[in-house]
Amino acid sequence: MADLATSTVAITVDGKQVVAYPGEMVIAAAERAGVYIPRFCYHPRMRPVGMCRMCLVDIKGPRGFSLQPACFIPVAEGQEVCTTSAAVRKAQDGVLELLLVNHPLDCPVCDKGGECPLQDQTLTYGPGESRFVEEKRHWEKPIALSSLVYLDRERCIQCDRCTRFADEVAGDPLIDFVGRGDHIEVNTFPDLPFSSYFSGNTVQICPVGALTATPYRFRARPWDLEQVESTCTTCAVGCRMAVQSSTNQLTRYLGIDSDPVNHGWLCDKGRFAFEAVNGVERLSRPLVRRDGELVPASWGQALDAAAKGLRDVRALHGPDGIAVLGGARLANEDAYAWAKLAKSVLGTDSVDAQLGDGLPAEAVLGLPRATIDQACSAGAVLLMGPDLKEELPVLYLRLRAAVVDSGIPLVELVPASGGLSGYAAASLNYRPGEAAAVARALVGAGDPADEVAGVGAQALRQARRVLADAAGDVVVILGRPSVADSGESVAEAAAVLAEGVPGVRFLAALRRGNVHGALDMGLAPGVLPGRVGLDEGREWWSQAWGVIPEERGLDAAGVLTAAAEGRLHALVLLGADPASDFPDAELARHGLAGAGFVVAVDTYLNESSRQADVVLPAAGYAERPGTTTNLEGRVTRMGQKVVPPGVAWPDWMIASELALRVGGDLGFEGIEAIWDEIERYAPSHAGITRRLLTSPLARDGVVAPLSEETATHTVPGTGRPGGGPELLELAPDTGGATQPVPAPIDPMSDPGIDAAESQGISATEVVPEVTSGVAPEQEEGEQEPGPSGAERPPPLRFQGAGSPRGLPKLDGYALRLVSGHTLYDQGVGVQRSPSLAGLPPAPRLRANPYDLDRLGLTTGDSVRVRSGHASFVIEVVAHSGVPRGSAALPFNLEGQSAGELIDASGPVTDVRLETV
Amino acid sequence: MTTEVAPIVTRRLAAQEPWTLQSYLSDGGYGALRKALTMPRQEVMAEVDRANLLGRGGAGFPAGRKWSMLRKAEPVYLVVNGDESEPATFKDHLLIERDPHQIVEGTLITAYAIGAAQAFIYVRGEFALGLERMIQAVEDAYGHGVIGANIFGSGFSVDLVVHPGAGAYICGDETALLESLEGKRGFPRIKPPYYPAAIGLYGAPTVVNNVETMSNIPWIVLNGGDAFAALGTETATGTRMFAVAGRVNRPGAYEVELGKNTFRDLVYDPKLGGGVRDGRELKAFVPGGASSFWFGPERLDFSLDESKVKGEGGSMMGSGSVIVLDDTTCAVRAAWRLVRFFHKESCGQCTPCREGSGWLEKIMRRIESGHGRPQDLELLMDVCDNISPGVSWPSRWPPNMTTICPLGPSIPPPVVSSLGMFRDEYLVHVKEGGCPFG
Amino acid sequence: MARLTPENVQRARDTISLYPVARSALIPLLHMAQEQDGWLSEEAMVHVAELLELTPAEVYGTASFYDMLFTEPVGRYLVSICTNIACLLEGAYELLEHAGSTLGVRPGSTTPDELFTLEEVECIADCGRAPCLAVNWRFFGDVTPDGFDRLVARLRAGELSDEVPPHGTLSRVRRTVGLPARAEGGRERR
Ligand SMILES: Cc1cc2nc3c(=O)[nH]c(=O)nc-3n(C[C@H](O)[C@H](O)[C@H](O)COP(=O)(O)O)c2cc1C
Ligand code: SF4
Ligand code: FES
Repeated sequence: MADLATSTVAITVDGKQVVAYPGEMVIAAAERAGVYIPRFCYHPRMRPVGMCRMCLVDIKGPRGFSLQPACFIPVAEGQEVCTTSAAVRKAQDGVLELLLVNHPLDCPVCDKGGECPLQDQTLTYGPGESRFVEEKRHWEKPIALSSLVYLDRERCIQCDRCTRFADEVAGDPLIDFVGRGDHIEVNTFPDLPFSSYFSGNTVQICPVGALTATPYRFRARPWDLEQVESTCTTCAVGCRMAVQSSTNQLTRYLGIDSDPVNHGWLCDKGRFAFEAVNGVERLSRPLVRRDGELVPASWGQALDAAAKGLRDVRALHGPDGIAVLGGARLANEDAYAWAKLAKSVLGTDSVDAQLGDGLPAEAVLGLPRATIDQACSAGAVLLMGPDLKEELPVLYLRLRAAVVDSGIPLVELVPASGGLSGYAAASLNYRPGEAAAVARALVGAGDPADEVAGVGAQALRQARRVLADAAGDVVVILGRPSVADSGESVAEAAAVLAEGVPGVRFLAALRRGNVHGALDMGLAPGVLPGRVGLDEGREWWSQAWGVIPEERGLDAAGVLTAAAEGRLHALVLLGADPASDFPDAELARHGLAGAGFVVAVDTYLNESSRQADVVLPAAGYAERPGTTTNLEGRVTRMGQKVVPPGVAWPDWMIASELALRVGGDLGFEGIEAIWDEIERYAPSHAGITRRLLTSPLARDGVVAPLSEETATHTVPGTGRPGGGPELLELAPDTGGATQPVPAPIDPMSDPGIDAAESQGISATEVVPEVTSGVAPEQEEGEQEPGPSGAERPPPLRFQGAGSPRGLPKLDGYALRLVSGHTLYDQGVGVQRSPSLAGLPPAPRLRANPYDLDRLGLTTGDSVRVRSGHASFVIEVVAHSGVPRGSAALPFNLEGQSAGELIDASGPVTDVRLETV
Repeated sequence: MTTEVAPIVTRRLAAQEPWTLQSYLSDGGYGALRKALTMPRQEVMAEVDRANLLGRGGAGFPAGRKWSMLRKAEPVYLVVNGDESEPATFKDHLLIERDPHQIVEGTLITAYAIGAAQAFIYVRGEFALGLERMIQAVEDAYGHGVIGANIFGSGFSVDLVVHPGAGAYICGDETALLESLEGKRGFPRIKPPYYPAAIGLYGAPTVVNNVETMSNIPWIVLNGGDAFAALGTETATGTRMFAVAGRVNRPGAYEVELGKNTFRDLVYDPKLGGGVRDGRELKAFVPGGASSFWFGPERLDFSLDESKVKGEGGSMMGSGSVIVLDDTTCAVRAAWRLVRFFHKESCGQCTPCREGSGWLEKIMRRIESGHGRPQDLELLMDVCDNISPGVSWPSRWPPNMTTICPLGPSIPPPVVSSLGMFRDEYLVHVKEGGCPFG
Repeated sequence: MARLTPENVQRARDTISLYPVARSALIPLLHMAQEQDGWLSEEAMVHVAELLELTPAEVYGTASFYDMLFTEPVGRYLVSICTNIACLLEGAYELLEHAGSTLGVRPGSTTPDELFTLEEVECIADCGRAPCLAVNWRFFGDVTPDGFDRLVARLRAGELSDEVPPHGTLSRVRRTVGLPARAEGGRERR
């Protein structure tokens, strides 16, 4: 994208004066000026190749006008472009006729029919009939490039979009042109499928029906589709997308080009997991346990049963006898309602949206923040988090592009290599549990020691150099590099970096869909909505909510331990399945069994909810409106497209009804009211009004908190900070999340690019111009923003975790366990989507060749891996990306999951390999 | 009558085993390199500039000017184009097989002049013997100390790699050649950037020159640019190799002085083409490789001057190949065969070239085999126009180019020329349902 | 049909070391693999991909662009008859037809004894001796039908084995100079 800050170039297009940006291509400048130049191969997010020749326009040069491809002729001062001359018409006509020469014209049975750029452009620009009477080129009809993507080579027009995408954007050149001339076909290497996590994008950007995706093939005709703009919540990147449905079934998701977030891309898991929403086994009615069995019940019966159980526990054991786990699947409004129910009505602070695989909320919320764009343009990026390719795939794409295209240096501080390792300028592979030691060495002075926690001096020196060169512009991607150690050391390392790296900012990288929103809304122990600490926010929130917990509660590990030990008696699971998700399966199972009373709110029955006493069916994705917050703190709106199955309810409604039955009133009639309350009370969200969120300029969402500048302007008539008047004028108050459906999205015009290019709202540039308004503090006579008399609490500041526990000595025969998630796993989204269910890889244990050698093992051998908790037999792989002394095992695959081995009570988990 | 001048690049071709280092040295080989290394680089460049040596690869761009256009950046690469695959062009083939050291020496001098520390000679893959001779020459030249570090103690060092092609005409295009040399499919690069001199191999400034161009360099260094420019005419300096092929008595590659000789000399001189075979009439000739517009007998007296052939003739001397068609030749068949070549060799990037070449080929094959329709003639012209807008007969040079590389606009010339000159022949094919030539 | 032999792996490494960027060695390496097996097997392409840190799809995609690289087996002798303009004018199609009947195969196919593969090719730049052909890229000019039959007989009898090595061997001269000093430099990917 052109750098909008630099000077401009004046050109004329069809006689119209157009302001263009240096380096911009004619096709893009013309499009912004409203002149659409037809094209097939051009894609604004990829290198131009100029292959299709559809974009030929007349450009005036020293020798008069000549036909030139608008997609790779850069604009130049004074350039004259004509897109309507007879020569241009003839060229467009000719190219289309030539494209159809070998095209099968099987439009009636083509998925693309009705939304096909080739079809459309033939209608608009093409000849009436073909003069081609010869035999066409023939290929075997669709072949599978992978289990997700099919290719009909007869329809292919050789635009290079899919192959370019695979190579340039995804970094997975697993498909390529094969052959030459008009025998070019796109194909894989024989028997090596196109198994890229991003393969679905090729289907979306294919300008004809050559590439089709299994989950959509023959499901619907484009003219039967309805759509709504939304945000993917499969992971925390929050890609913008269009959700499409036909007859109340989700049929397809398409990526929308959000400039600050996903650039139009989606990962395949996010793109195809809609199948799980459609699943026939969805929970559609409440269930209650009778005589040991879960049986259907009415909402009244089920809510009564849930309320009674919770009231009884509270009466007997006090509010601390209750805990709420989960909530990262919820919309912000739902999360807020549940936080209010838990912390105010039920009175417990033992609430945790993370299931022990994240970081303390203070570390996530309380460090200086960076956006994805800021990370991708930083002087250096330091990754101390999970394998982004597996857990936050589109963030991986963004960072990969930053390294490859913009040369941003990347340093990894991770225990084992991952998807980005090949792009890293320095990799610091630390021994599990010892991240902080390496961080200290990294920011320290003097020559580094020969070896720090497994990291050599050479790598450290290299990493230091990179950070030093970044001159105060370093972004740390902060997440949980491994769930097999406690993460204490990572939190401590974050504190060390915050202290020791000048100007450092952090981009949180927790993986669950709306975990960041859930934390913002207070679904974590020790915090209250709006990124404030329990103590600092006490006065403010007591006034807002009436009561709040006295003491900091327990996190997930604490909750499960207490339940297992009989100290905690009621568990509410909000779309959470600790039995398979908590990184210590044994503890999770004991905890679930130990809690006397379990309520589960979910969309599917899972290992944990099967043991619940009451199961409440929740509305799923695209079945309710609301907002969600991505890892940048960017608030965007999710649209509702279909109705929930059976009598399933949105989560906030469940919370409200349950509150009434346990003797409280959340006071919400709808999500609009909830958002208004969030905006009014949650300090981090002040000013992010519904009107702001529904403004077209906020199509990319709004990053919370609003920038200083914006926040000092008040919303007229309220005295509260917020967007300026011009911004508000732009959009009618449509009231929260039900919004007008955007214009149909044409895959050629790249959904959302317009909005993106008109400079969507970002954290720092919300308001175009502000003509009036004063800071709320100075405002007198106006209505006070918060509860009367209370001081707005200060934002959370991460002070560093308490001093971590000492590590046990690693005995010479053991390996220290490293574990993370794979994209395709045993989770509901994958397993309930038939197209994805078969994709999780077979679990294999990776270890350094040296360690395997020592044990007389090589790749492919089976071995028994044993920890204090469990043992099982698994195949090993020699992998030099796993440092000596460590063993890496995916967390969440069927059968041999690391979750069975991990002992959450200790700082690290050591395993032994026994030959079988 | 043909002017008699001492040959330059073919001077040694008839010698005994002229490809050996020994033979080359005994003819004073590498003396030019030794001399060049005592000159400042700019002076070598100036000498070549004065010679006004036009590139012999087809585009006819002055070599000296090309060198001086190099973007100032490190490193600089030199790539020598020995991919010769244009139909009926077979002069570089000879030079590679019979005088590889001359090419090596020219390459080394050029590398010195432009400041390249790494040079490549890209040899058409099919030239197995040529590759063996070229690799042997490079081996021997390293051994003799003329390639490598600190040549002749001058402080100049250069490495030279002989790189084989693998069968793709399009790799003769300089940007496709660079892609191929980078280990990729030979897709010509989009322009801008227009010249490899700005962005070439691995993105670095690069000079690409033809094998025959390189073969002239040692002579120019030894004898001076002015001596070279004294040959030929002002616009067409020096000598040039022409491959004379087709229906002549003595098909072969001949070096002649430019400007002062004519196509008639090439075809009829007894020491050159030796006249049309079997005493037949010359029907037409292709003056500059398959991509050029055809000439009729009335153009035989055009002098061998690229600027004239282009400006007055509306065609080009291009690759230096002259193909003679006699009155027994079916023009449709000859044109069809050339179109078929372009169809097979189109890289496949640009829609008009990829699809248009195939379409033209199919129509022409249909006509030639007697299944043509009257409307096919207009259709042929219109498809040609969709490949190279404005293409016409009589032809103009250069044809309009709306494709990535000039292969696209190379397809229409045989079609348009044959249609323009021998429309009747087409009509006979259509009417009689077959080829009148049997 | 297999991966590269250890000797060829060494040759491959040497070749890679000649280039500033490793991928440049792709075509030379593919020729080398073809020399080893007579054609490019999947195993060989995978091996080449490993040596150059490319995906097999990239290697295959590139190889498939070039006419001389065969991803299907071919005979020991690849007989390539030029039918382009100069040869056409001198009876190349007649020669091609004759060759087909002598060998008993159509252009593009291989004799059952796997000795000969016949193909029609574009101009091989030997037009001075039209009609001409190449056997494993060793050129023969002014070929008459009788001459063709004699050539085939001599090939069958092994009389030309000095002149015509088995298919895949391009150059029997190998680069030996300038290798060791430059090996193992840090090479960029692609
Ligand atoms: C399709 C096509 C094929 C070409 N083939 C050759 C070739 O085989 N040999 C060659 O030297 N130049 C060839 N050229 C021209 C080159 O692009 C380039 O102009 C030339 O190598 C430059 O060398 P020169 O300036 O010394 O002539 C070809 C150009 C095109 C467009
Ligand atoms: S004109 Fe033809 S050969 Fe040249 S780049 Fe385009 S498709 Fe390839
Ligand atoms: S050539 Fe410009 S869009 Fe395809």
